[in-house]
Amino acid sequence: MTAHLKQNKLDKRNVLDGMQQGIIGKPISRSEGLLKVTGKATYAAEYHLENCLEGVIVTAPFAKGRVTVIDESSVMEMPGVITVISDERMIARAAQGTAGAAPLQKACDVDYWGQPIALVVAESFEEARNAAKHLHIEFEVEDAIFDASEVEVEPQDGATQQGDLAQAMAEAEHSVDISYTTEGHASAAMEPHAAIADWDGETLTVRASLQMLNYNIGELADSMDLDESKVRLISRYVGGGFGSKLGISQEVVAASIAAMQLGRPVRVVMSRQQVFQTIMRRSETTQRLRLAADANGRLTGFGHEALVSNLPGEGFAEPVTQSSEFLYAGENRLLKIDIARIHRMTAGSVRAPGEAVGMPALEAALDELAEKAGIDPVELRLRNIPEEHPATGTPFSSHKLAECLQQGAKAFGWDSGPRKPRNRREGEWWIGTGVASAARVHIVSQARARVTLQADGTALVETDMTDIGTGTYTILGQIAGEMLGLAQEQVKVELGDTRHPRGSGSGGSWGAASVGSAVFVACEAIRAKIASQLGISADMELTLKDSTVSWDEGKKSLSDIIDGKDIAREGHYEPGDITEDYAASGYGAFFVEVAVNRWTGETRMRRMTGAFGFGRVLNEKTARSQCLGGMVWCIGSALTESLLFDPRDGHLVNCDLAEYHVPVNRDIPDLDVIMVEERDPAASPIQAKGIGELGMCGGAGAIANAIYNACGARMHDFPMTPDRVLAAMPDE
Amino acid sequence: MKPFHYQRADRLEHVAQLISASGAMAIAGGTNLIDLMKLQVETPDTIIDVNRLPLDQIAEEGDGLRIGALATNTATAGHGKVRSDYPILAKAILAGATQQLRNKATTAGNLCQRTRCYYFTNIDQPCNKRDPGSGCGAITGIARLHAILGTSDQCIATYPGDMAVAMAALDAKVEIKDRAGNTRSIAVRDFHRLPNDAPEKDNILEPGDIITGVILPAPVPGKQLYRKVRERSSYAFALCSVAAIIDMDEGKITRADLAFGGIAHKPWFDARLGELLVGETPSLSLFDKAADLLLEDAHGFGENDFKIPLTRRALAATLCEATGVDA
Repeated sequence: MTAHLKQNKLDKRNVLDGMQQGIIGKPISRSEGLLKVTGKATYAAEYHLENCLEGVIVTAPFAKGRVTVIDESSVMEMPGVITVISDERMIARAAQGTAGAAPLQKACDVDYWGQPIALVVAESFEEARNAAKHLHIEFEVEDAIFDASEVEVEPQDGATQQGDLAQAMAEAEHSVDISYTTEGHASAAMEPHAAIADWDGETLTVRASLQMLNYNIGELADSMDLDESKVRLISRYVGGGFGSKLGISQEVVAASIAAMQLGRPVRVVMSRQQVFQTIMRRSETTQRLRLAADANGRLTGFGHEALVSNLPGEGFAEPVTQSSEFLYAGENRLLKIDIARIHRMTAGSVRAPGEAVGMPALEAALDELAEKAGIDPVELRLRNIPEEHPATGTPFSSHKLAECLQQGAKAFGWDSGPRKPRNRREGEWWIGTGVASAARVHIVSQARARVTLQADGTALVETDMTDIGTGTYTILGQIAGEMLGLAQEQVKVELGDTRHPRGSGSGGSWGAASVGSAVFVACEAIRAKIASQLGISADMELTLKDSTVSWDEGKKSLSDIIDGKDIAREGHYEPGDITEDYAASGYGAFFVEVAVNRWTGETRMRRMTGAFGFGRVLNEKTARSQCLGGMVWCIGSALTESLLFDPRDGHLVNCDLAEYHVPVNRDIPDLDVIMVEERDPAASPIQAKGIGELGMCGGAGAIANAIYNACGARMHDFPMTPDRVLAAMPDE
Repeated sequence: MKPFHYQRADRLEHVAQLISASGAMAIAGGTNLIDLMKLQVETPDTIIDVNRLPLDQIAEEGDGLRIGALATNTATAGHGKVRSDYPILAKAILAGATQQLRNKATTAGNLCQRTRCYYFTNIDQPCNKRDPGSGCGAITGIARLHAILGTSDQCIATYPGDMAVAMAALDAKVEIKDRAGNTRSIAVRDFHRLPNDAPEKDNILEPGDIITGVILPAPVPGKQLYRKVRERSSYAFALCSVAAIIDMDEGKITRADLAFGGIAHKPWFDARLGELLVGETPSLSLFDKAADLLLEDAHGFGENDFKIPLTRRALAATLCEATGVDA
């Protein structure tokens, strides 16, 4: 039986707060944590299937053109080689998030350097890898453009134009007009993309590392021209996705074709270099920020324009202005994104698409405005929090930016006195502080989950939702346990298998609120069933705690009520009118202290405070970890992360973790996370909003502002590497 | 990865013979070689495992210290005598790689590590070092990591290590046993080559040669500093590095042994710097003159132009720190 909730109204019942089990929100360690740290959690490539073959992908050593010959005979005599797959069904690009259908196929038409064009299958990985390096291919290369500034751009739909920004700029008491650049980013998940496909003549089963099985099943079925009922995807543990595993990627389809053709299981694991070169990049951006303010620092004009890039035919454009839509006031607004079609690999969702690069520029520009206006940058932000969505007039549901700025400032010890650069030096290090706001639009999607209250008094939660390392297993157990009066250990959660009801997938920070609500809806239905079995009308009169049900007139153990018969309910949550009626977002504030070396321009983080409001905290520990991870990514995008493309042939040169610099332990100072209590009745029936990406939306701007405060270098190009800091640093 | 044979050398006498075979390469920690084999950059027919050879000792020898070819980076950096008498070496080693890598990496392997040039490690790109005559991808490509001194029109790669830079400042000697069993030694300063027209040769080792150890000379007085400039604070190769042994007497510099990393195909040692600095009173303008001398032939390739002013500043910072000049 399915219980359905379409959320058209605010849900102010706060049902979870009325529950008695007392586990929701508690800092419970991840239920699968021990398996992971002892190596017992089985990741996609780690299943042992009998008779399994190994496939290694061959990629194009050119950026644009056509493969004319794939000479299988060049490797068929090599030891262990079984076959070479160069099938028309092979996908040329990974699917974008939520595609649900096959991405571009026909891999022999090449659009970017490193595009997979063939798969060599052999008995052993070593044999396949060696043969892949020897496969003879012939190709015709065409000219291609790799630089966004060299092509005509296409405007994206959805621009905002309101009032007259140029006039507001002309009339402003204080204004800034600054251009920023950000470089491309890689998701850089630890687990490489991997799949093992197995065809039993009836069903194609693929164990893969994927974020959104609910969409991935459609993408794979469509690519293979199979009915979805013939496809099963399993993705129980995912070693990081960060957007790169939202859609199926080339190894999933290549392994599937090989397995169906050969009648044996086939494993395909991408090398680290292939992951970097073929999956998804975050587009580089060029941005122009125009901010106009009156004498009091109140924004009268707000302009944020961006140029991003993607391959021809891709619908995705880095949504750089996503938070700029609503974060600050300003009646004259111009927000727009242009896209340039160039031949670097597919641009897609990489950790907090849009805000991760748009907000640092905005928050850095705001710092320059604060300086011009002589207003403390925290105060300037507080003065510009709009009453309602500044473009659409939609009311905000719950809005914690002011609280985050205030609580963060207090915890950090923010000095609101006059600010000037080079005020503090310790030895050869200039010390400075900076602030930035955080915002990440809240998204929910429909989701289904089945909850079964089993005859033995335990509960089972099943959904094809994934846990990409965020704590989904744990929080779904907490929601079900809280609702059904069970201890955490009495709830078993099974995820990552398309045999279960369709969840929401992990992406866009929407997983917890979406699939958590589906579990909630299922549990409400089970509580209703218990109430009806007891002859009680209103569900809320029941108290479920420690496997016991009590109500006004009595008390009974859960197992007595169940009486040997499972109670199973599927919960189906669907966002309704509420998403149109209210503008919901997570908010936050970053405060950082940096040291900049006066000789070398090296920047080292000293401390960082993040204060965040994202609705109900479902698990204090996993939520905090999400915030910490986001803050770490802020540091990476601020100081080190940058995809470097060869200008001549468009190949990605820094395609491993030694040369693509994500932060290391030593780059991370003490991180302080403050979670601002909030219940958002518009966000979801569990009052929770997304967290995952919020922690990296804007923090790089705080670091830019701190670098200026430390040493006087105004940074307009990210990442702020030592050479760039030195070039911007005024002479002493 | 090309299939290969594995052989273990148990005795030093056998090694020369084994590694003299065509297509044979010695493997110790393997932290560099195995990565390059996976990338098909190195394609040995046979790897000779030398880990069982008795070459991991660190012991005093005469007035100096002998570091065995197979002493791990961790062991060397943690050795009491190194820490007390040659702190520059410990500092340089600890500035390199990660703890896990240093636990495996050896003295000889570290000296022989290959460049991290992006074009060297990508077999679909031209590289004269990997594939002589194929051209250099870096010269007109992405040259952020690359050399500013001693480059040739064939190659602008850098030697990536830290340990050898400190050894060059210390004027350590590399001890080598040749195919015939004769032992010779060569200064670390002369061990690595400039690319010239044969960039495929990183160093002066001949076929059949095996490094048996590195000899540090008698300890010298003075401050020993190793400054490594990099964008992230660990697990990154140097944008530039400075190894400095500086001693002072009565306000004058009496010793200035300087070597530089990340800017050339070898640890860069320029004897003229010591000659310029010794006998002088330290000052910013003196350090500037030293930088002028060091960088007079420096040449950038666009992406790495920043290394020229960065090296100048890193040198000044190091000399200020060593001499107490308050800039």
